[in-house]
Amino acid sequence: MLKDITIGQYIPGDTPVHNLDPRVKIIITFAFIAALFFIDKFFGYLFVIGFMAMSISLSKIPVKILFKGLKPLIAIILLTVALNIFMTEGEVIYTIWKLKITKEGLIQAGFMGLRLIFLITGASLLTLTTSPISLTDGIEKLLNPLKKVGVPAHELAMMMTIALRFIPTLLEETDKIMKAQMARGADFETGNIISRAKAMVPLLVPLFISAFRRADELALAMEARCYRGGENRTRMKQLIIEFRDYMALTITIVFFSAILWSRYLVK
Amino acid sequence: MPIKVENLVHIYMRDTVFQHLALDDISFTIEDGEFIGLIGHTGSGKSTLIQHLNGLIKPTSGKIFVDDFDINSKEIPLKIIRQKVGLVFQYPEHQLFEESVYKDVAFGPRNLKLSEEEVEKRVKASLDLVGLNYDEVKDKSPFDLSGGQKRRVAIAGVLAMKPKVLILDEPTAGLDPRGRDEILGEIKELHKKEKITTILVSHSMEDIAKLVDKILVMNKGKIQFFDIPQKVFKEVETLERIGLGVPQVSYLIRELRKKGFAIEDCISVEEAKTAIINVIRGKKDA
Repeated sequence: MLKDITIGQYIPGDTPVHNLDPRVKIIITFAFIAALFFIDKFFGYLFVIGFMAMSISLSKIPVKILFKGLKPLIAIILLTVALNIFMTEGEVIYTIWKLKITKEGLIQAGFMGLRLIFLITGASLLTLTTSPISLTDGIEKLLNPLKKVGVPAHELAMMMTIALRFIPTLLEETDKIMKAQMARGADFETGNIISRAKAMVPLLVPLFISAFRRADELALAMEARCYRGGENRTRMKQLIIEFRDYMALTITIVFFSAILWSRYLVK
Repeated sequence: MPIKVENLVHIYMRDTVFQHLALDDISFTIEDGEFIGLIGHTGSGKSTLIQHLNGLIKPTSGKIFVDDFDINSKEIPLKIIRQKVGLVFQYPEHQLFEESVYKDVAFGPRNLKLSEEEVEKRVKASLDLVGLNYDEVKDKSPFDLSGGQKRRVAIAGVLAMKPKVLILDEPTAGLDPRGRDEILGEIKELHKKEKITTILVSHSMEDIAKLVDKILVMNKGKIQFFDIPQKVFKEVETLERIGLGVPQVSYLIRELRKKGFAIEDCISVEEAKTAIINVIRGKKDA
């Protein structure tokens, strides 16, 4: 179960997508997500499919891995689709018991379903092709102008780096504690919801304790090395916008314009 | 209850780029009541092997028999195997979670659905076995105890399952010398008193040399040696090559032999003392 989580996973590579400046990749991802919400006709998704297909094939990330990231969210997608199918008012096509399926509902559900799927795969493509370190570097740089109004950009980026850094550690810890409790006869797999929730206590308490202990130790280690936040710190790797970044931005602008065209100019 | 392992193979992350052969065709038998020291370098497959013995990991191929039951056959519920084979993980104090020592030790027996009197009896007995005073600690929070005491409570938690085989993964890691000696002493007592088959995982030859009946040395997923300590310690060159040493005293004896003293093999300082004294006296007599 734990191995299915691909959110935040990074697959190293040396492709045009991997090598883009992280700031550019973050901006492109946000533009992509925004574009998804501008679409109001089904053929608009053709542009999205084209854009995604190009990015995926350039990044050489296996499509299988990308779709695996959808697995844990299938329940949410299905729920959204179902709610849209049954809850939208309009021209009734079919009635099951008290639930009415409307034409508008089906269309709405199709939109929402596609939107969610592309949203998740688009965002996963960003994390799959960007190492957590360069991702947070990018975020920090992008937030830098906001420092003037008091946004602690460096601290936020540091928190993110640490959080990402501890995901595998905590997963490992969970696995270890689970096994230790199973060795004492704990059962995490059978029973109804209540007994299963109860079975989580012997797992969660030690996990929290160890997370706090690790946080304490890390804070102490950082203090011991005189860590004092972002002021006057320089970087080993400076982020530089190159030709390929301008290319990628141009393609994104074309894509975004095409979406806007499909919404406002096509009747 | 003998443990029999036949052609056990385990491959991690099979069919991916991270594929790793952790256990490579391992076979051995452990007899009833034996005290085994399992020793090997980090990454030699020790932990993988012991987790197989109570069904926490499934073998890629091969079979494991505990008490003549194939523990991976579907007919035998894993709960029964896990009750029979008690496994104490490394840093077991990290698994404590209850509000009182009593409740934490009772976690295992309660999972076995025992009556409350039986649970109490077992908690009392197992805290006793690890050298803790039942009345003193039972209502304390396990988090208020010292490191060594926490570890004892965690070991008691496994003992309360009344296992017939007890496996301890580096029970002395991170303890001071006194805590280490105490824990090892208690494990020895336990083995003597309860006659349970014990497997002690360690990477310190010194620790296990004087305790165990036989030593199982692992290297790169294979069994290098499986014999009585005296014989294993003779293989100094091989042991050093795979990143393990022999107890200091064995080096001393070896050097003395090179100088021409006729001293028999010893594994502990006490034994060596008597042997050396005997040799010196023998010389004087001659």
